[in-house]
This record gives sequence, C-alpha cells and structure tokens, in this order.
Amino acid sequence: MYTQALNTAETDDRGLEDVAKAAQFQARIDAEERIEPNDWMPAAYRKTLTRQISQHAHSEIVGMLPEGNWITRAPTLRRKAALLAKVQDECGHGLYLYAAAETLGASREELVDAMLAGKAKYSSIFNYPTLTWADIGTIGWLVDGAAIMNQIPLCRCSYGPYARAMIRVCKEESFHQRQGYEIMVTLCRGSDEQKAMAQDALNRWWWPVLMMFGPPDAASQHSDASTKWKIKRFSNDELRQKFVDATVPQAQYLGLTIPDPGMTQDADGHWRYSEIDWTEFKQVLAGNGPCNRDRMAARRKAHGEGAWVREAAAAYAAKRARRQTAQAAE
Amino acid sequence: MATPNTPLWEVFIRSRNGLAHKHVGSLHASDATMALQAARDIYTRRGEGLSIWVVPSTAITASDPAEKGMMFEPAESKIYRHPTFYEVPDEVGHM
Amino acid sequence: MATANIQVSETPLVLYALRRADDALILGHRLSEWCGHAPMLEEDMALSNIALDLIGQARELYTFAARTEGKDNDEDKLAYLRDVRQYRNVLLVEQPNGDFAQTMVRQLFYSAFADLYWRAMVNSGDTTLAAIAARSEKESAYHLRHASEWIIRLGDGTDESHARAQNAIEHLWAFTGEMFAVDDGERALIHAGIAIDPGTLRGRWLTTLSEIIGEATLQLPQNDWMQQGGRSGRHSEHLGHLLSELQSMQRTFPGLAW
Repeated sequence: MYTQALNTAETDDRGLEDVAKAAQFQARIDAEERIEPNDWMPAAYRKTLTRQISQHAHSEIVGMLPEGNWITRAPTLRRKAALLAKVQDECGHGLYLYAAAETLGASREELVDAMLAGKAKYSSIFNYPTLTWADIGTIGWLVDGAAIMNQIPLCRCSYGPYARAMIRVCKEESFHQRQGYEIMVTLCRGSDEQKAMAQDALNRWWWPVLMMFGPPDAASQHSDASTKWKIKRFSNDELRQKFVDATVPQAQYLGLTIPDPGMTQDADGHWRYSEIDWTEFKQVLAGNGPCNRDRMAARRKAHGEGAWVREAAAAYAAKRARRQTAQAAE
Repeated sequence: MATPNTPLWEVFIRSRNGLAHKHVGSLHASDATMALQAARDIYTRRGEGLSIWVVPSTAITASDPAEKGMMFEPAESKIYRHPTFYEVPDEVGHM
Repeated sequence: MATANIQVSETPLVLYALRRADDALILGHRLSEWCGHAPMLEEDMALSNIALDLIGQARELYTFAARTEGKDNDEDKLAYLRDVRQYRNVLLVEQPNGDFAQTMVRQLFYSAFADLYWRAMVNSGDTTLAAIAARSEKESAYHLRHASEWIIRLGDGTDESHARAQNAIEHLWAFTGEMFAVDDGERALIHAGIAIDPGTLRGRWLTTLSEIIGEATLQLPQNDWMQQGGRSGRHSEHLGHLLSELQSMQRTFPGLAW
C-alpha cells in the first residue's frame, strides 16, 4: 500500500531506445495488455516500477512498526490476535511486493539495503507515533482505508506481477479496515474517556492520512509517464477526494468530528477539505517526521541482528549441498 | 566473506484435491526444507492449500516473449483442432 | 476497585487449565514480540503464525477454566487481571527472547513437550480438553518441526551460530524439568483420566531432543538441577515486566469494553 505519495516516474527515454519497440510497447499498454517480466520494456518503465514497487514494499515493512508497537499491549485477547494477524499480513504484503520488484531484475537484498541506507523512501504516514489504543483503530480505519483507495486501481496496473500482488493484497486486506473501524465503534460507544481517546487519535491522524495521497496534482510533475504507462490510473487529488467523501459519513456515524472546521459539502455532494500543510509533508519525507529515526533504527537493528542467522542458514545450505554431492558420487 | 543472497523460490499450491498446483508467488529461503516451511507460513494462512511445491527460481526455463510469433502463432491457424470446426446436423443432438 | 486482581477458585481442574493456558499465552506473547523484528521477513511470518496458534490455544483454555470455575470470570479477566503470583506458567516460557538462538531453543524445548503432551491429551476423559488437544496437537507438531529445522541450521551453520545455540541450550536447560512435574491435584486428575502424566513423556521428549540436538552437532547439558516455581506462581523477574505490558490497558482503564 501507500505508494501514491512517492510516485515519480522516470522521464521518457524513448530517444535512447529502439523507437519501434517503444511504440509497440505503448500500443500494448494502450490495448490494456499486461506486461510480463521477460517482455521488452523501456528502461524508464523498469526503473519507475522497480522504485515504486520497492517503496511500496518498504512501506509495508516499516508500516509493521507503528502498529506492532501495540501488539504486546492490546487490551483483549481477541484484539491481540487480530492485530498480530494484521501486522503479519503487512509483512506478507511486503514480501509479495519485494518478489514483484525482483521480477524486474533487482534482488531483495539490494532493495532492502537501499532502504536501510536511507536511499529509498517509504510512506510518510509511518513516521507518526502510535500513542494510544485508539491509534490502532484509526490506522485500520483511515490508513488502511486510504491504502485501499490507492491499491484497488493498482490491481489493474499494466505490470502483471505488480497487479497480481495487489490483487492478493487487496483480498487479504479487506479485514484490516473493518478491524480498525470496529475498534473505533467500540470506543465511541464506550466511556467518555474512550470517546475522547478516539477523537484525539482522529485529530492527530487526519491530516497525515490526507497527505498519504501525495502532492496536489498541480504540483505533481511526474504523473504523466506513470499515467501513460497505466501504472497510475487516478490522480492524487482524485483519490484523495474519493477517500474524503467515503470517510466523512463514517466519522459522522461514529459521532466524531473531522479536525477541519473549514470543511464544506459542495452541490455535488463532495466534501471540500481545507488546504493541506505541504511543508509538514515535505519535512516528514525528508526525514524530519517524529519517528523517522526510530523507524530506520528499528529496521537496521532487526537486519543487523539477523545477519548471523542468515549466514548460518546459508552456511548450512552449502554444507548440505556438498554432502549431497559427495553422497551422489559414492 | 559476504553472505550470498538468499535463493529465490517459486511457490505452487494445490488449493483442492482434483485441481492442479498453481503458481502463487515467490519467497526467499536458504534451502528447500526452509522454503517449504516458509511457503506454508506465507501462502496458506487462510487455508488456501492442501499441497505445496517449491521450485528454485533458477530452475525454471522460460520461453522468450520475443519468439512469441514463432512459438505460438502457428497454432492459431489450426482451427480444425477445435470441435466447432465441424458441422453436425442439429437433429443429431449434442455430440 | 476494578483494577484489583480477580480471585480464582483454583480447583484442581481450573488450576490445571490455567497452567496450560498461561504457558500458551506467555509463550505466544513472547513470540509476538518478534513481529517486525525477525532476522528475515519469512521468519516474521512464521513466528507470528506460531504466536497466533498459541494465543488461540490460551483463549480456549481460559474459556474452559472460566466455565469450569463457574463464576463471572472470562478469558480476558483471567489473562489481564491476575498478578504475577497468580500466573501458573512454567518458567521456561517467560524467559526473554534473547537472540534468535535463545528463542529457537526455547521453542524446541517447549514444542517437543507440547507435541507429545497434546497428542496424549486427545484421549482425555474431558471432552473439551480432548477437543482442544485435537487442534493443538497439529499446531504443536508444526511448531516442533519449525524449531527443529532452525536448531539444525544454527547448530550446524557457522561457528557463531553454533556457539549461540549451545549457549542458549545451557541457559534454558534448567527450566525444562518443570514441564514434567506433577502435584497432588494433578495426580487426582491423572487418576481420573482427565489429565495425562507428563512424567511418562520425558523419555520420548529426551529421545526427540537428542536426535535433533545431535544432528545439529550440539550437546545437551549433563546438569540435572532443575528450576521450579512457575506452577505455583514463584516466577523469574521477567514475568512481572511482561505482565505490566500485557495488562497495561486493563489496569489503566478498569472495567471498560475494547
């Protein structure tokens, strides 16, 4: 999930490629054909997709951390099991996505190294802290809600392995948003303190969630190629508006107030939200969000402390292969 | 010594008896036993499978999409291989 | 006040179920601490699956304990409103995750027991326990397979992994005896055909373990001094910290629905 904010397509390099091949490729895209790993593709298409899919994968993996922060503190055993299953799903999604990116020729190790070196981005949303249990409800409801808006069109993305990964992700993720909303319903039907906790979480997450869809269309320079290649089918603002329109009635049902006093409903029924603070977005993407350093530190620690385990597994595999060869020779 | 990249495996799952194994995705594992375990943990969490195959990705030999014309188009003209090519009078009924 | 600990009437059967439930919950909780931090993504998936199995077992066993007790306790009250001295799990499962080798050795010691235990409990005279056993034995069998494969790789992998695995074995060995201990209450349940005598499993447990440890080129300690106390609520210092985290919501916001 969560790639929209990071979409930046490579500029077209058609001039450097075989013009006829490029034209043929575009014709296939226009005819809604899926591109498969061994097919010829423009280098810029490959590069754009590798970056987008791997950033999407990094987001899933880093996204395990804010929610994982509450697995050991979930308030009931039922919630604990559901949250653990959900965070585990995110790991699975990261894994599917790394595999999709690998079909383009990069190894998972390279992709992960780029992330750990701070060279690859992940969604800005995961650089915010989860302070209370209501944050877990809010993330499921809003962050997963936003992710679903973004991911459903990606199921029809022109690159086959990415589209297939997205289909699997969307299927599995259908419980995530419901899980979150159910937490919110329970809080909002609970004590004053619980309701206040829910409102506080909505207040803190609302604007960062709107930022997940990426810069406004007017300021987004790189969408053209992605749109032409049918990696991206809706603009940032279109998806953001769709999300807001879907979410407002859900907040009303909960009796919660969206922290945007200037929000109004227009004649067509669309909820018009106020200006988003893009300075904050840029700062968070640049590494200055409240949790960027903690997230990176946690991933580096897991990777670093896992090194000897991966080495052991590799060493054993090599020994086993040698033994099998020796046995076969006898 | 740098640790080599963990090998990539392709995972195939039979979802029900009577169906063929179908490609579901890939994963990384150091050897076949671990790949099989990981496939179970990753791809059958919702009861998707009754049987799993794992195959080293490097063991797959794929046809070249650039040879699609030579490889597959000759079959398209052999319409006499399909039942609808032949006319059977309606009175004869289903055949 | 509602934050106070609940009281549980620990009849032999209630206590019996609580002990097994606490084993499963505490170990499940420990494994869930790995989620997001495992040595590779594939292992995040595996450890979470095992944690989910164990938490599921705990829930069924708590529900059974609560129903057997017949008061107004339930799975959550039993999990969240008992203090460290009321917890009945073996010391082994509350030991910190440590490095991956320590987690895997703990898994091996426990699942090699749980595998035999649940297989035997399928024949329990109590139909609920027998049903829980029927599900749990399949889960435990897989947990044992998973831990065994890792122990073999860690033991027979690199010098470092071998040393770490051997170190974990030495460290955790003294906590294994408690799994086979029986008190008078349990003896009565064993006599009644509701429980099985874990002492009878020790020989096979040791055989399984020796095979795996041997294949891993590791060694079991000769020392047979065993720590005891978890079953009667005399725990290591680690459990209190685990519970303060596990129970923080219920303790901070008493009596609310979540």
